[in-house]
Amino acid sequence: MADPLLWHRLQFAFTIVYHYLFPQLTMGLALLIVVLKGLALRRGGEQYATAARFWVRIFGLNFAIGVVTGLPMEFQFGTNWARFTQLTGGVIGQTLALEGLFAFMLESSFLAMLVWGEKKLGPKKHFAAAVALFFGSWLSGVFIVTTNAFMQHPVGYLRGADGVFALEDFWTYVLNPWALAQYAHNQMASLVTASFVVTAVGAFWLLRGTHLEQARLNLKVGTTTALIASLAVAFPTGDLQAKLVAEHQPAALAAMEGRFESGRRAEIHLIGQPNVAARRLDNPIGVPAVLSFLAFGRFNAEVVGLNDIPEAEWPTSIELLYYSFHVMVGLGTLFIGLMGLAVLFRWRGWLEKSPWLLWALMLAFPFPYIANTAGWMTAELGRQPWLVYGLLRTVDGASPLVHAGDTAFSLIGFTGLYLVLGLAFLFLIGREVLHGPAGAHAEVTHA
Amino acid sequence: MPELTTIWFWLVAVMFTLWAVLDGFDFGVGVLHRFVARTDTERREVLAAIGPVWDGNEVWLLAAGGSMFLAFPRLLAAGFSGFYLPIVFVLWALILRGVSIELRSHLPSTLWRSFFDTTFMLGSLAVPVLMGAALGNVVRGVPLQASGYFELALFAPAGTPGVLEAYTVLCGVLVLVTLTAHGANWLLWKTGGPVQARVRAVRLPLWLAAIGLWLTTAFFTWRVSPDVFESAFTKPMAWLGLALTLGGAATVVLRRAYERAPFFGGAAFIAGCLVTTVASLFPVVLRAQGGPELSLTVLNASSGATSMRAGLVWWGPGVLLAAGYYWWVMRHFRGKVVAAADGEGY
Repeated sequence: MADPLLWHRLQFAFTIVYHYLFPQLTMGLALLIVVLKGLALRRGGEQYATAARFWVRIFGLNFAIGVVTGLPMEFQFGTNWARFTQLTGGVIGQTLALEGLFAFMLESSFLAMLVWGEKKLGPKKHFAAAVALFFGSWLSGVFIVTTNAFMQHPVGYLRGADGVFALEDFWTYVLNPWALAQYAHNQMASLVTASFVVTAVGAFWLLRGTHLEQARLNLKVGTTTALIASLAVAFPTGDLQAKLVAEHQPAALAAMEGRFESGRRAEIHLIGQPNVAARRLDNPIGVPAVLSFLAFGRFNAEVVGLNDIPEAEWPTSIELLYYSFHVMVGLGTLFIGLMGLAVLFRWRGWLEKSPWLLWALMLAFPFPYIANTAGWMTAELGRQPWLVYGLLRTVDGASPLVHAGDTAFSLIGFTGLYLVLGLAFLFLIGREVLHGPAGAHAEVTHA
Repeated sequence: MPELTTIWFWLVAVMFTLWAVLDGFDFGVGVLHRFVARTDTERREVLAAIGPVWDGNEVWLLAAGGSMFLAFPRLLAAGFSGFYLPIVFVLWALILRGVSIELRSHLPSTLWRSFFDTTFMLGSLAVPVLMGAALGNVVRGVPLQASGYFELALFAPAGTPGVLEAYTVLCGVLVLVTLTAHGANWLLWKTGGPVQARVRAVRLPLWLAAIGLWLTTAFFTWRVSPDVFESAFTKPMAWLGLALTLGGAATVVLRRAYERAPFFGGAAFIAGCLVTTVASLFPVVLRAQGGPELSLTVLNASSGATSMRAGLVWWGPGVLLAAGYYWWVMRHFRGKVVAAADGEGY
């Protein structure tokens, strides 16, 4: 526990996992709000506008927490990962600066207009504010994923004798193939979270027998989007991402699958517990040759195991990485099944007569958050022990003069602050959902 | 290469100055809020005066930080890790302030609102003090080592350097009082009625205190870092900063019958102070106590030429777009604010 690196990693992991609970909803929800407001403009009728208004309120609360918990992410590059900043700033500084000027300015300028400005702006300008928020938040994602992609698969850089990275070509850096696959995968996953939340609220209202018209609209928009997005998360985006990992990060792929022996016709493991000390997977249940096919497109392809990779290049938390990957894939598969069923039942008109399915839809909303988190843990734990894959080790990126005690102190502070934030947030969200589409504000009277 | 680093030095300086001027009045409003607004309607009027803009204003901090990341990564690395705890405190204060203004009016409960009014004030108070102290540290110098990093006690006995010592706390108080006075100017412009009357009563004393503190800080800067102080007189940009400061101070004091002019005077005062300071430091970006050879300068702290050139291509359009959004928001937000009767808004 005296090792500062452990504390730096714990703090970054905690603050980023917590932070990303909010953007993963707001990015997806921004698109759904644009759709709802677009329908309100085209088709008229109050129901779309009412639904949009409800979701804008949820969006506003999420966005506010997302903004404030996003601040520590930028700052921690300098405070906790100073050497990483010093060495790679000449490259990743591009996208981080771009995000500030192009994405944050757009989002922050139009947020208050979207949340509070409907009466002031009128329907068309208010729609424009929603589009601006959608565009800004998805652009923010581009810059962050591109920054991360450089850490996963560095391109477009030169490296000096002193180890400092410098930008070689702007467009090579920005159009990193890794970034394109990861961005597509991530945005679809964000849409899964948002559409599951919309579905859950619809199911909740329907089961309670309140706000029936809005409940049906939410279920219609939610389940349709959720099925499309769940499919897109797996194919083509997840498939593309997996093939990139197989090609460029063989150690990560082997650890994700708990694979120690190399060989052809590699099996994919559905169940099993990695036993790193004994270098095997305990109690495995697998399907032969499927991993070879998924990773390389051929059933006969050779997949390297960890035994043939030097231990110094193994990911540092193989067990956690293995479970993160399996939780992500397992949940992703269940999402397709659940939403496929929901769409079928809705289409046949059976959904409202099937309370068991409504219950499942209502209770399913936390799982996309878990799957998104597990997905990012797979990406980031798979990148270990590197900060910049194959070039800069995590241990060489931390701040040299910040001590374990400093970071332990700040981590404890963040934990306490975020706990209070989370409670206030859940309370306010719960209140909005209970009040329903008309809004908690409607019955507020002021002194 | 030297030209590129000079350009980026000023671009980053301009962005930080914009942050200080724009977010500065939000902090000032936060400090004054509990005192100049007594009823809930008045409080919501005050919050409505910054509600639509505070987040956009704060983004200049992130944009400036991002640009510093791009152009001077070693400065970001050394500064942020060296000031580890103060930066963490700034973060907590910014988080507290941001949620306070956004969550406050979601619940009609007076306890809920009173709680967030206080956390909003505390957050708004802490950030200017800490940022002012950080700037004071940069002017005084920090114990930079040959590796380009430093560590510094948060507070230390007299005579040994600490992040918070007499001179740096003086800088913090200067920034706090100045931004509070700046917030008063903003409220004078954007509010009316009893709130405006209370603001009017405290505005001039606050500004006189700010100007007095500025003179005091200038004197102690001369005592603490004579070479920085004296180099101010040899640099045209520092003279420009001084002219802005004095012109701003005169506008604030003499144009007190007006509602808008003092705000722009105060903005010029703040911008002038910062321009004078950074121009005096140039080309040093982080001053070493152990001698000039250890200092971080625009040259040894900068990133590569390709990165800075690429950044120059998009920086202009980016700032123009940001200015466009800001203009659009301001256009829908002109005139005096009123707390919405239906409970919508802040």
